[in-house]
Parts: sequence; C-alpha cells; structure tokens
Amino acid sequence: MTSQKCKGARDLLPKDMGAFRFIEDVFRKSCLGWGYQEVRTPTLEYLHLFTAAGTLTPSMLSRVYSFLDWDGWSGERVVLRPDGTIPVARLYIENLQPQEIARLFYITNVFAFEETGRENRERWQCGVELIGINKPTSDLELILLAIETLGNLGIGDFQIQLSHAGVLKAALEELKLNPDEKVRLLDQILDGNWQVLTEAKSKNSEMGRLISLLLDLRGKGSSFLENLKALPQIPKKVKPALDNFAEIASLLDVLGCNYQIDITSTRGFEYYTGLCFQFSAKGKKIGSGGRYDNLIPLIGGKSTPACGFALYVDPVVNLIKPQATKKANQGILIRCDRPMTESIQTSFQLAESFRQAGYVAELDFSGRQSDWRWTITVQDKPPSFTCTDQTRNRKREVTSIADVLKIVGGSK
Amino acid sequence: MLTGSQSDYIKMALPKGRLMPATTCLLEETGLEFKDYTPGTRVYRLKSTKFPHLSAKIFQEKDIPIQVAVGNYDLGICSLDWIEELLAKYPTSALLKVADLQYGKGDLYLTASRYGNISSLQDLSAGQYSWRIVSEYPNLAETAALNFRLRRFRIFPVWGAAEVYPPENADMVLLWAENEQEIKAQSLTPLKTLLSSNAFLIANQESWQTKNISQIVACLSQGLELKDKPWLKIKPEVSKNTNNFRPDFNEEKIWLALPDGHQQSPTTEFLNKAGLELQGYSGNRVNRRPRFNMDWVNVKVIRPQDMPLQVANGNFDLAITGKDWLMEHLCRFPSSPVTELADLGFGQVKVVAVVSQELPMTNIDNLKQLIQAGQLSPLRVASEYINIADKYLRDNHVSRYQLIPTWGASEAFLPEDADLLIENTQTGQTLAKHNLKIIDTIFQSTACLIGNKNNLESSSKKEKIASLVEIFSRAVESN
Repeated sequence: MTSQKCKGARDLLPKDMGAFRFIEDVFRKSCLGWGYQEVRTPTLEYLHLFTAAGTLTPSMLSRVYSFLDWDGWSGERVVLRPDGTIPVARLYIENLQPQEIARLFYITNVFAFEETGRENRERWQCGVELIGINKPTSDLELILLAIETLGNLGIGDFQIQLSHAGVLKAALEELKLNPDEKVRLLDQILDGNWQVLTEAKSKNSEMGRLISLLLDLRGKGSSFLENLKALPQIPKKVKPALDNFAEIASLLDVLGCNYQIDITSTRGFEYYTGLCFQFSAKGKKIGSGGRYDNLIPLIGGKSTPACGFALYVDPVVNLIKPQATKKANQGILIRCDRPMTESIQTSFQLAESFRQAGYVAELDFSGRQSDWRWTITVQDKPPSFTCTDQTRNRKREVTSIADVLKIVGGSK
Repeated sequence: MLTGSQSDYIKMALPKGRLMPATTCLLEETGLEFKDYTPGTRVYRLKSTKFPHLSAKIFQEKDIPIQVAVGNYDLGICSLDWIEELLAKYPTSALLKVADLQYGKGDLYLTASRYGNISSLQDLSAGQYSWRIVSEYPNLAETAALNFRLRRFRIFPVWGAAEVYPPENADMVLLWAENEQEIKAQSLTPLKTLLSSNAFLIANQESWQTKNISQIVACLSQGLELKDKPWLKIKPEVSKNTNNFRPDFNEEKIWLALPDGHQQSPTTEFLNKAGLELQGYSGNRVNRRPRFNMDWVNVKVIRPQDMPLQVANGNFDLAITGKDWLMEHLCRFPSSPVTELADLGFGQVKVVAVVSQELPMTNIDNLKQLIQAGQLSPLRVASEYINIADKYLRDNHVSRYQLIPTWGASEAFLPEDADLLIENTQTGQTLAKHNLKIIDTIFQSTACLIGNKNNLESSSKKEKIASLVEIFSRAVESN
C-alpha cells in the first residue's frame, strides 16, 4: 500500500510516545523545580509577527507555512508557528507585561518546510524563556537549567558551545558597510555562511585581524576572552559586549562548567543580542538558546530584556536509553471466553477494581493471549475466576473479586 | 545510434500574446515551425511541419511553467518572470531552465506612484503601516516584501491593470515593463528592479532525464549560435497606455470600479441608460481613469475578476462585476463583507461543469462512479474559478482531485491536460466546437453592482454610496 501520509510528516507510535512523554516529564519537572510556569500558544499566528527585521531571516521566512485564512480577504496571512520564542514573547506582551519577571516554559511543535521531505517538517521542542532580567546570572540560570535537564534525562556526554551575538553585531557595525551590503551580509551569516565575513573583512585590516581572532580560534575558558579584551584594536563599541561575554564565561568557570567558545557555532541568531549557547551530543545539535533583549519591543511591547533556550526533542529521543522509557505499570489481562450478560458485567467490575488498585487492566472477549504476567479468566458460571501467573506457570481458582485482588497483590 | 528513444513523442507549450511573433520567427528560422502558430490563430493544437513526433499547444504565458512543471509538456517557451513566479512559491517544481532565448526583454519593477509618499525603499521600513502591494506576480511580491523586511504588508493579486491602482487604491505595484521609460510613462517611480527577464526555453525535469529531446534542443541551439537572429529584431506590438492624471486623495469621494474586456460595452450601454456619462470609457483605447459627469465619483477601469477583493478591502467603494467573480471571492472568503447590491441583468452566462464528449457520462454522479472505479484518479480540474471549482467538488464529495488554475482559454485544456473544466458559457457553442459537453450547471451569472457591507453601515461616505446605488437600481427597474 502506498503511504497516504503527508511528505515530511511523521507518525509517533506507542514506543515513540513513551520516549516523548519521558522527555516531557523530565523537562517539566526540572522547569517547575526552578520556578518556571508552563504556557501554550496557538498553532496559528499572524505572519507579520515574524516579518519585522530582527525576528526571522528571509531564508527562514521562505520556508514558513503561510496562507490566507477563510477570513483572509484583507491579505493578512497566517502561519503555522515557525518558532517557539516569538509567540511566547507575544503572549507575555498581551497577558503578563505588568508582571516584571516571567519564568515560562512550553512544549511545542514548530513547522518549517524542508525540500526533500525526508526530514521532518514538524518538529517538537521543549523551550524556556526568562523574561525581565538582563543580568549575566540569568544567562547562567538557563545554561544550568538545561544542563540539569539533560543530566536528568541520562545524557551525560554533551558539549556546550558559546557565542555572543552582541560581539558579532558590534564587530559587523565596525566594518562600516552600506545598509544594503550589511543586510545581505547579515542574512548570509545568519544562514551559517561565515565565509562571506572573511571576504568582507579584508577591506578593513585592523578589524580584519580582530574578526580573524574571533572567527578562527576556539577558546576553552574565560581567559580566551580576557586575552581578546586586552588587544589594543578592540573598538569601543565592541567592548561592552565582550565584557558581558567574559563575565558570563568566568561565572561558568567558577561553577565548574565545561564549554567551548566558538563564535561560529550559532546560526539563525537574528533576534539574539547577547550570549548564545548551543548543546550538542554525538555531533548533533540538541538544543540552543540565547539572549534577545530587543525582541519584545520590536513586536510591540515595552523595552524588556529576555533570554531563553529550547531542547530539540527529535535528536534527544535518539540519545535516551531504552530502559528509561520502559513500561512502568504492572498489567493484567482479564479474559472472558464465553461472554454472557453476567460474565461481561463481572469482567468490567473486575477491571474497575484492578484499576482502582493501581493496575493496568486490559479486557478481552475474543480469546487473545498477551504478554502481561497475569491473566484472569472470568468463567460464565459466576462467581468463578481462574488466575494464571505466566511467569511462574501457576493457576488458581477463586470465587470473588476480592480474592483475585488478594492473589495478584500477594505476588508482588 | 540510439534505440527506441529516437521516436520519443515530444510536446511543447508555446506562448500566446506578446512573445508570439518572435517565437514564431525563431521556430521558423530553426526549422521547428508549426502550421497555424501565428498571431490571431483560432487553433490551439499544433503539428510540426517537419517532425512527426513533435506537437505543440498554445497557452497563456502564465500557464506554461505550470504545464511543463506538472509534466503535461516536455518543453515550453515563456518569459522568465512567470517561471520565477512559480518557483517563488514552489521551489521544488520539476522545471529546468534550459536556454536563455534572449528576446522579449524586460524587467520586473517594484514601483510606487510618483504622486504618492514613497520615493525609495528606505521609506518602507518605518512605522506600523500595512503596505498594499498590487501585482500579477503575488508570489514574487511576497518574497520581495520579506526580503526588504517590510514589517507589515498586504499583497493583492490581480489579473491585470495593476498600474492603475496607485496612489489612491494601492501603495506599490510589482509589474513587468520593457524599460524604465515605460514605467515612468505610467506615472510610476521604480523603487527596485527585481528581475531581468527574457524568453526562456524550459523543460520538464523528468522528460529531460528520460526522454530524448536532443533533436529539438539542438535545432534551437543552432539558432542561438547564428550570427543573424531576425527574431531579436521583432518588436512586440504592445499598446502602451500612458497614464497621465491628477491623483485624487479626497477621502469623501466615492471610488467606483468599472470592468474592462467583454463587459465593457454592455456596461457603457447600461450607464447611458442610467443617464450617467463617462468620458474615455467606450471605444478601443480605454482610458483607465475615465471621467464621470458626477464630480463626487472617481472611476477606475480594472479587471472584473479583481473587484470583490478590492471592495472587501475598501480600496474601492462600489464596482460593476459579474456574479461569477463575486461567488469566486465568497467561496474563498465566506466572511468577506462584499455583497451584491443590485442585479444589473446584462452579461448573462452559466457557470458549468464540462467534460470531453469522449467520456461516457452525462452527469456528476457518473463522473464520481468513474473515479471510484479507479479511472480519472486523481481528477484533473482546470478552471479560472479555482475556488468555485474547489467548493463544487467538495460539496459533491469528489475525491481525489487536483486543481489547475488557468488564465483564460480553459476549453483548450480538455481532454489531454485536464479531465473536468469549470467554465462560463453563454450559448455553449464554443464548448461544442471544442468537442466538449456540459454535465452540470452550477449557477447563472449576470453583471451586478457590489459593495462593502461595513462601509454601507458606518463609512462617512455612506449617504453618497447609497445615492449612487439608488441611481443604478432605478436604471435596472426602468429597463
């Protein structure tokens, strides 16, 4: 049979959902532990929320699912949520603005077209936004929350890469390009093409050397940034961003957190203004985040600093160990081989009693086998039950529901 | 020698209109001529005079990239702007740009009125204003708006006459022109050239990978290498309307849209009966801003297809269009505020479902049975009324179907490029001549006056709108 599923779409089967829910539960628990509150935004948003400069890049916008709604005669387009952060920023502006600090988290799907159809066009992410604080300690909080979540998921072997959009954007300013050239350059860098920067920098040799030091080297601690700060040619406008970067890095050093400084590690940081961080494991990017102090005013809110991150559920699923997702509940199969009015009634009553006692009780009226440990056969001459313990290969006959529960309960 | 594939049957899609004279010349010079491929031809299906395995069909230029991409045609010739318009929305289309044929030169410009308040792209980035962009190229317009980082914008796709909308009824126009002079003659200022376009030879990707079309491509290639290329010297006959006017920003005036094309002469007749006089609306050369004998009414002549959307958005207050186009709009946007204010009675047509005479069926139920039996699946449906067609098929529980939008001459799509056609007809004679038969009448359409419910109730102009509606209604009654 040919598949009728949409290209780039995916079915999540019971085993996938087991892993998915496990990740969700661990993530929720971690966030709640840090005082974050869960929110959910609609799947549809207006396109204009994402089009302003400083939100999504044109190349990302060219992959959004945008369309005219049934009442879209005004030409106002809607999109399937292409990003997790911007809708939460909107939610904050519309509902929570009076509250100075908001710690929010969400589990959401985001949609982006992908040409081959072999990759998912709908992806899930676990996101966190810390709105209202511009202190380096808040950047730190997010990194530590992410580390804790990954730890609780049993993922030990991951790397952290740090970059800083503020340093990068200030350095770009220093190249003194005309507006057209700047937009073109930034768009390409945002899409991960760092080569263009190497080409542009040659025109300005002082800045060129600085950009080389920034782009070509990877640092392993805050000293790397201190060394950069000590250089004579650091322009005045780059300095505050570099200071901020160095401060966060040294705090991470103090907390014994391992990281790598790699300016080129970040992508699509259009709305980021400060520290950007990325988590990767086994060569795959599993999460990223950063500071976005201009986003909220840009989409119509008051000037409000904010930062956030998201873990990508799809690659994380591949990293968690199977035992972490195994079935926790003990199950019972209740079989009724000759379903008559009375035996059917007894079967449902028995199932209810089991569920109330905390068991999973599966009913069967068609003579099926199952791999649950216990099978209780309901006889048609009531009240009569056969309890089969499949692991010990033993059978017992009893006459009341209470006795059945006792036998199963006693076997734990 | 190649085997088998030597005789591969090859189908070409050739353009009507602007590119036709130069394309005819190119094909003749390269030995690929088709009988009857000449301006004014009434034939759609063409046979090659030299190659028995080569045939062609004539299409509106805009249809050609779609027809080649879906694989109905192996090769096509059309202007690059229409190719890019398709690729802007569907970048993975199975379409190859094979050769730049160098004729039919022109550019796509993003323009604003020289009387408006936009003189450069920088003027667009400020503020919360939602820019109104009118274009026959809505996909390219959207891409451009995103690339220019316009904060808010609304794209109004139009069938034509895009240049007359600004400055009063739109802020910008994305349009094709041969050169900047032509843009300026329309009282427009070019803000940015988006694309330079020539005629291109395009191929379907699958055909290119599996069929032997080398003979045809080689003929054209030899032509491109010739020293003397007479087709480059052929200037297309485009009637260039100059557009000299004084803009009118008086917000108390009524904006009335009148139709061009077929509906123009019956509309003139009707207006005359109503005692309304228009200067520059009748005759062959349409003034797109004719003058009315009532100075509180401003008139523009645009395509009837585009009117409901314009009225819904308040760019025009009233318009004379067909019920078919009102219905098409309401099928797409059921909550639109556009409504029919008066049935004007003229311009009667039926909107019908049409199939080829060859198909053994007489009604839509037969068609559904045929689809269920696994024939005609998916059903290919061609129509200018894409939303009426969509609703008609949904309401009849037809599954699965594929909609092919067309821009005129839809009857030529059947039977080879579509199975069902949703089309208007006056007498059914054209359909019969094309060996087609009607299996269902969807509704009757006549010309009507449309307006915007919201404006009728609350606009500061509501009295003026009401009195103009009154004049039209009285004229209908006196008929």
